[in-house]
Amino acid sequence: MTANARPYREARAQKGLWASTRFLVLRRISQLSFLALFLSGPLFGIWIAKGTLASSMTLGVLPLNDPFIFLQSLAARHWPEGVAILGTAIVLGSYLLLGGRSYCAWVCPVNPVTDLAAWLRRRLGITYTAKVRPELRLYFVVGVLAASAVSGSMAWELINPITALHRALVFGLWSGACGAGAIFIFDLFVAKHGWCGHLCPVGAFYGQIGRVSLLRVAADNRAACDDCMDCFAVCPEPHVISPALRGERSGTSPVIASGDCTLCGACIDVCSKRVFNLGLRARSGVAPTNSATVTASASQVAPTRRSPERVAP
Amino acid sequence: MADSGAGNPGDPRRRKALQEMARFGGGAAVAATMLTGFGVSSRAKPAQTLRPPGALPEKQFLSACVRCGLCVRDCPYDTLNLSDWADGPAVGTPFFVARNVPCEMCDNIPCVKACPTGALDHSLTDIAKAKMGVAVITSRETCLNLQGLRCDVCYRVCPAIDKAITLETSHNARTARHAIFEPVVHAEYCTGCGKCEKSCVLNDAAIKVLPIEIAALKQDEHYLRGWEEKKKSGAPLVDAPLKLPVRKPDAGGAP
Repeated sequence: MTANARPYREARAQKGLWASTRFLVLRRISQLSFLALFLSGPLFGIWIAKGTLASSMTLGVLPLNDPFIFLQSLAARHWPEGVAILGTAIVLGSYLLLGGRSYCAWVCPVNPVTDLAAWLRRRLGITYTAKVRPELRLYFVVGVLAASAVSGSMAWELINPITALHRALVFGLWSGACGAGAIFIFDLFVAKHGWCGHLCPVGAFYGQIGRVSLLRVAADNRAACDDCMDCFAVCPEPHVISPALRGERSGTSPVIASGDCTLCGACIDVCSKRVFNLGLRARSGVAPTNSATVTASASQVAPTRRSPERVAP
Repeated sequence: MADSGAGNPGDPRRRKALQEMARFGGGAAVAATMLTGFGVSSRAKPAQTLRPPGALPEKQFLSACVRCGLCVRDCPYDTLNLSDWADGPAVGTPFFVARNVPCEMCDNIPCVKACPTGALDHSLTDIAKAKMGVAVITSRETCLNLQGLRCDVCYRVCPAIDKAITLETSHNARTARHAIFEPVVHAEYCTGCGKCEKSCVLNDAAIKVLPIEIAALKQDEHYLRGWEEKKKSGAPLVDAPLKLPVRKPDAGGAP
């Protein structure tokens, strides 16, 4: 696949600047807001969220806990106090509604780092990528829990670059940023979307929630697709797109069902044909086999750059 | 693995899938093994780094502490720090160094209240019962009081004065005219707050708070103290000493 080095150009020309960068801007605002909530205390003495992404207390009433860390704790044979259990339940419930890996795209501080690496990759024309199977991160989830059980400590939290980076930012423990630096180099030179897409066990864990969560991206307007491949170029998990986008003939739902989807909305931004949108998992308007209208509109769209190697599975 | 048509043992797709599974599973197992080793080695903790009050024993603490820093945030005296890589304790966990900032022993123990997981045991409600460590006179040769001078600073700053530290007098043989006021720590009452170590006037403190495992406070179970056992049972544990006949050389009947 030869990805477009400037994938957003066409979308910008067709839809304008805002419609082609909307989700990116909103995500950056979201990521900065989460950081700001934690930083207002140490910087300005206004305490909103105390703690870190591992466990926090907002305004003294709202406990939030990372469910993957909670799992590690259970594996290491510690049954946490009630506050941690409540905080974990709140976080789990939220992501069941808002999409599991939306954590990755909208909250995780490593995301801007890997986004920057991916953007630089496109700009510098770096196409080399080591082949790492996406399933590897699921093995890592099992491995982390096994390591926690055997060592009796929260094994992943000793090196977890996400919480380390967050601690670096919130508590000023700067050596914690080294992991993020390593991820940047790995993503830029070694493997495309290497960390989030293939290794990170936290993302893999949230992906399991995403398999059933409510909020989804869907290729509702897939009949309008002209196979420009821009969405594949920007998507951090490009394998999730095909079944929904190309599933027209096989009658597959246009909803991106894979838990790997981070709901980053990059495909929505980048698509000049407005194929994708964000909505609930259950569709009322668009039935998966609504072929009459779909084929009618599809015939009106002339395929511009149809790549032969991309066929619906 | 479960995809249709690939179930046949001779199917090359099945073989490939199995190979890949073995390869990546093996890779992940190697990573998990290294992570386990890392997890076990993280239990090492420098002696001068103390855990907050109520902290579970180190091994349990590491299975419970999520490294959120809430205890650090709620400490009103900035005593607690989160561990950075170079600090020694498992990265991200809270600790303090008594010689820098000791624990002020707040009545309401806000750090324990802030802990969401119970890594700091919520059943600790009386700070005087905290066991962050125990003070030990580590240098009898430099302690001013033990030289026969009157320093007494560790004794006077102790929040549990006359209980955790007492001054025991003895004769000063060097001057033959003065007393030595020796500071003696009573571990039963010492919370390990570290105020004594912080205030020691020497460049290197002669009294230091050590983790309890290092100070080795547990009495070996196989050594029984006769006088205590006697009190417990209300009677001597062995029969009264035998009355032996007095034998003198001139008492007759030499063998």
